[in-house]
Parts: sequence; C-alpha cells; structure tokens
Amino acid sequence: MSELPVLERELPADRPADPKSTAVAGQWRLIWLRFKRHRLALWSGAIVLLIYFVAVFSDFIAPTTAGYYNADYTYAPPQRIRLWGEDADGQRHLLFVYGYEASVDPIALTRTYEINEDEVIGIGFFVRGEPYRFWGLFPTDIHLFGPTEAGQPFYLFGADRLGRDVFSRTVHGTRVSMSIGLIGVAISLALGILLGGVSGLAGGWLDEVIQRVIEFLKSIPTIPLWMGLAAAIPLNIHPLIVYFWITVILSLIGWTDIARIVRGRFLALKTEDFVTAARLDGCGQQRIIWRHMVPSFMSHLIASTTLAIPAMILAETALSFLGIGLRPPVVSWGVLLKEAQSILAVANAPWLFLPGLAVIVAVLALNFLGDGLRDASDPYGN
Amino acid sequence: MLTYILRRILFMVPVTLAISLVAFIIIQLPPGDFITALTAQMAENNETLDPETLAALRDRYGFDQPMIVQYWKWITGIVFRGDFGQSFEWSRPVADLIWDRLGLTLIVSFATLVFVWVLAFPIGIYSAVRQYSWGDYIATFFGFIGLAVPNFLLALVLMYLSSRYLGASVGGLFSAEYVNADWSWGRVVDLLNHLWVPVIVLGTGGTAALIRIMRANLLDELKKPYVELARARGLSETRLLLKYPVRVALNPFISTLGWILPTLVSGAVVTAIVLSLPTSGPLLLNALFAQDMYLAGGFILLLSILTLIGTLVSDLLLAWLDPRIRYE
Repeated sequence: MSELPVLERELPADRPADPKSTAVAGQWRLIWLRFKRHRLALWSGAIVLLIYFVAVFSDFIAPTTAGYYNADYTYAPPQRIRLWGEDADGQRHLLFVYGYEASVDPIALTRTYEINEDEVIGIGFFVRGEPYRFWGLFPTDIHLFGPTEAGQPFYLFGADRLGRDVFSRTVHGTRVSMSIGLIGVAISLALGILLGGVSGLAGGWLDEVIQRVIEFLKSIPTIPLWMGLAAAIPLNIHPLIVYFWITVILSLIGWTDIARIVRGRFLALKTEDFVTAARLDGCGQQRIIWRHMVPSFMSHLIASTTLAIPAMILAETALSFLGIGLRPPVVSWGVLLKEAQSILAVANAPWLFLPGLAVIVAVLALNFLGDGLRDASDPYGN
Repeated sequence: MLTYILRRILFMVPVTLAISLVAFIIIQLPPGDFITALTAQMAENNETLDPETLAALRDRYGFDQPMIVQYWKWITGIVFRGDFGQSFEWSRPVADLIWDRLGLTLIVSFATLVFVWVLAFPIGIYSAVRQYSWGDYIATFFGFIGLAVPNFLLALVLMYLSSRYLGASVGGLFSAEYVNADWSWGRVVDLLNHLWVPVIVLGTGGTAALIRIMRANLLDELKKPYVELARARGLSETRLLLKYPVRVALNPFISTLGWILPTLVSGAVVTAIVLSLPTSGPLLLNALFAQDMYLAGGFILLLSILTLIGTLVSDLLLAWLDPRIRYE
C-alpha cells in the first residue's frame, strides 16, 4: 500500500498552493498526469498522431501517386533499404536500394526477379517524381522521399499485379481508412449525445422508445445488415458519395453505445448534490446541462469514442474487402487487401498482405490509446 | 422466473416483426429488381428476353404491386406456410437453400463459442491471479493481436501458411468426397477435421475480449475483504479462488453470450467467404449481388432471429445465475 496519495491530500492549508500539486490541479490536468503514467497509451497516442499526420500529407509522403504503374515490374518483391554499400565499380553509396534483374518464364509468362547488385538506386529526400496536386489544389512533383532519378523502380512493399507500388498505395489508403473511422465516429457521437441526452433527461415514453430502438439495432448482426445496406448503394455514383454512405451505414450501429453511456451518465448525475446545488443557485436547465453535467462525463465520452474508431476501421476494411464497400479507384486499406483475396496471388506475392499490417498497427494503437484514456478519464477514483 | 421468461419471449415478438420489416426494406433498397439484374446479365452474354416474358415474370413475382403488399405476401408466407419465397437465381424455394447452410453456420458459431469459453476462462483466471507475470503479458499480447487482426486477414494468412508449409488446402468444411454426401460418421469426422480453421479465425477476437473482461473482473474481486477472510480461515488458494471470486466474476462472462453471438454470426459471414465455407455468408453475398431478394431477405431475417435467440438464452442463463436480475 502506498502512502503517497494520503500525504498529498493532507497538505497543510496555510502553505501557498503549489501549482504542480495534485490537490489543486484541475480535472484535465489530473487526467493528463494519470494518462502520462500509462506508458503504452502514451506511445500509442504518439503513433496515432503520426498515422493521422501521414493521412493528412499522404500524397506528399508517398514516393509515387496511387495510380502510377509500371508493367515491367508486376509482382516485384519488396526491396530492402541499404544504409551503405558499394556497387560493381567499387564506388561507395549511402542509403539506396538495389535494382531488379527480371526474367520472363516463356511458358507460364510469369516474371521472376532477382536482386541486381550492379544497379544502385539512390534514395533521396524532396525528390522530383510523378506530378500530382497536393490536397487536390497545388500542382507539384516533389515527394518527401523516393528514388533520386524519377522512374527508377522503388518498391519498399513490393508491387502488385499491375506493377503499382504497394507502399505508396498503403500511404494513400491511410487518408480514406483513417478518416472514415473519424467521420463515422463524429456522426455516431452527434447522434449518440443527442438521443442519449434526450433519453436520459426527458425520460418517459421518449426514453422508452429510444431504448427499444437501441435494443433492436443491437440485436441485428451487423455485417449482414451492413452488407445489405452497402449492396444497396448504386454502382455508378461518385466514389465520394459512396464514401459518405459507407460512413453513415457504419455509424448506424455505432451511436447506440454512446447513447447508452450518455443516458446512463445523465441519469446518475440528475440526483447528484452538485446538480441540486446548481439548481438551488438558480441556474437554468441549459446551464446545468452544459456547464455542470456534460463536463463531468466528457472525458469518459472521449475515451469511449476513441475505442469506437478501430471498430469502424475494421468494418470498412471488411466491407471493401468483400467488394461492397469502397471500390477502386478509391484507395483504402480494405481495397488494397482485396488484391490479396485470391490465394494464388498471395502464394506468389505474400507482400500484398502488408497493407494489413497498417490496419493492425492503427487498430492496436487506437485501442491502447482508448484504454489509457478510459483509465485516466476518472482521475478522482482511487 | 417463469414470468421473467414469458416477458422476455413476449418482448421478442415485436422485435422479430420489426426485424422482418427492416430485412424486407433492405432487400428492396437497391434500384431495380431481379428482372433488371437478369436482363443486364443476359445482355452481357448477348442474349435478350422478349418483353412479354419479362412482364410475365414481373407479374408472377408481384414486382408491380406496392411494397407493403409484397411484404405482406412475404411475411405471411413465412409465418403460416414456412414458405420463404422463390430464389430467382437458383430457381428453387429459398427454404431448401437456407436450412442446410444455416445449420452449418450454427455448428461453426457454436463450436467457436465453446472454443472461446474453454480458452478464455482459464487464461483469464491465470492472467488475473498472476498479474504482471510473463504469462499475463503473453496472454495480453496475443489478446490484443486477436482484437486487432481482421478476421479475413487471419483466414488468408492461415490459408497461405498451410498451403505453403503443410501442403494442404484449408478452405471449405468438407473434403471433396464428402461435400455432397449424406450425413455419416465419416462425414462428421471430416467436418471436425476442417472445423478448426474457421473456429480459430473466428474465435481469436472473442477470446481476446473475454480474457480481458475475466481478468478485469477477477482483479476487482480479488481485492475484496471476503477473499482476505477466506484466506485467513486457511482455505487453500485453489479452493478459495474457485469457490468465491471466480463465481462472482463469472457473471459478466455469461452475459457476454448476448453480444458475442451477433459478432460471431457477423464474423462468420466474412470468414466463410474467404475460406469458401458452405455456410450462409457466401450465399448471402451472392444473393445481394444478384438482387436475389427473397434469398437475401431470408438470410438476414434468420440470422437476426438466431442472434435474438442467443441473446435470450444468455439473459435467461444470467437470470438463473444471478437472482438480482430477475426482480429488477
């Protein structure tokens, strides 16, 4: 048993308050202190920030554009980055990859690749490559990193059946996959707070109806429901509208959990002393809700929201993988994994699984972050 | 207890009705109907149907009638005659197509549930009792991996590994000679030989979640004074553990049946498509693509009812285990 918390609570009253002391720290500061102790969550938070950073600047970070292909390198295996080495002439190089020596099987017409140590492809930063429009606005051809000479083969995650760079496509997929979770959760959150709040505050028949709707939605197996709804999206509409509908479909179930939490908190808080005190002080209903009740469960809500994002990412991946979610030319992790669907392709090109690694890292990081936030969200317990 | 059971069963009736309505609306959502899908398909093969045949088909399936009439025909057929309508694509009654596959879906889901419980129960207890030990860390690690890896990816990786290192294909639920055979002892053994792959694929996520729940609950219980008291009275650690805290921590374990079943059924759909299992998943997906609406609707309806029953069973089990719930 540690004595520390007891000591902190018994700070002498006459001493001037130390701003670093937990006894006088505000709620958010306490949460931060608590959260910082959770190492794994802290690192995961950093990784999540990094992933969203990649999502925002994906077209700049990726060595090439999502659609760029080179038929000379179909199913080329991943290249290993070498920090230093020599080429055939004995010249020293820093940070490069070796080129490929491709040979075509004349009967099966399949390509086999071997490392060609004579061909050194230097990796440079801020290199010129495929032209693109940054954020769809500014035309440029500068990429964060890539082969120093544009057009040289550069396949860190290997190439797919058209000779497209799997690494670049994974980076491009980050934007769609990560934002679908974020937007879906935002819609869930809005619906959840609204309906949960109404349910918890109004009570009566409205509460009864909303609760039954939630129970009903939760009893339908999600994937068949999503499949049915996603199959209803017409094939010929703009990919952006498909994207919008997919998020709406995913949030259809997502809001129920948040609504339950909000309702439960409102019900519990209604009878709390501080709410009664606020009412006796003459606060209006709106002020009590927004100034006194909502802040006291906001932190908990943020944690639950974080935990809801990975489920959405997984759902999008599954739907796109089945071919009823997002479709090419949109690039998302699920769309990329669809390439890995046929066992034949995968047996020859296991690197097509690599976008799955991005899914796993993102989902794990968001889970750990959410766990840490949930533990920290009630800093007054213990 | 009896009134509780009755109340729960009565509550299922309106929910089932609502589900049937939603299922019907979902299958009506796509623009066009099976006839348009059929003509498009035939146009691809350079074939055409004359307008009279099309009109006759439309008339036969009642596509011209208002939706509510179609729904009424559909639902009364199911309730009073067990008639789920006709599958357009297969030209067979939907009921014939569904039951076999639904049975296998049930077998896969149930086997997974048993797998999840058998694995999660001891590991969860171990993880809590030996908190922060190596075993706990390993269990937690695998638990998180299980949560984060999408089912279909796990299925693909297993397929890849087994085709590469075991030289065996793991797709399907039966070997070639048993696929269309009648049920026999050999077929059951063959099924069990194939069942482990989908069970592992489907079970990892649920196992991971349950281990964490069990661990958290047991950790809460282990700190309580009654455990201290039992220890002070000289009970052996094993007996003490199993007799008190584990029994209390078991409560949420049972109630997970309610939410784990929908996830299992959901997961089974995707996994079955990857592993080409003869369960409901692949057929449902095809039916959705082909706008074979009665087949798709039948599946969505029955899968939902399956989940409802699972939730009911879990609620009843929980009420039997914990009397406080019954009297709420």
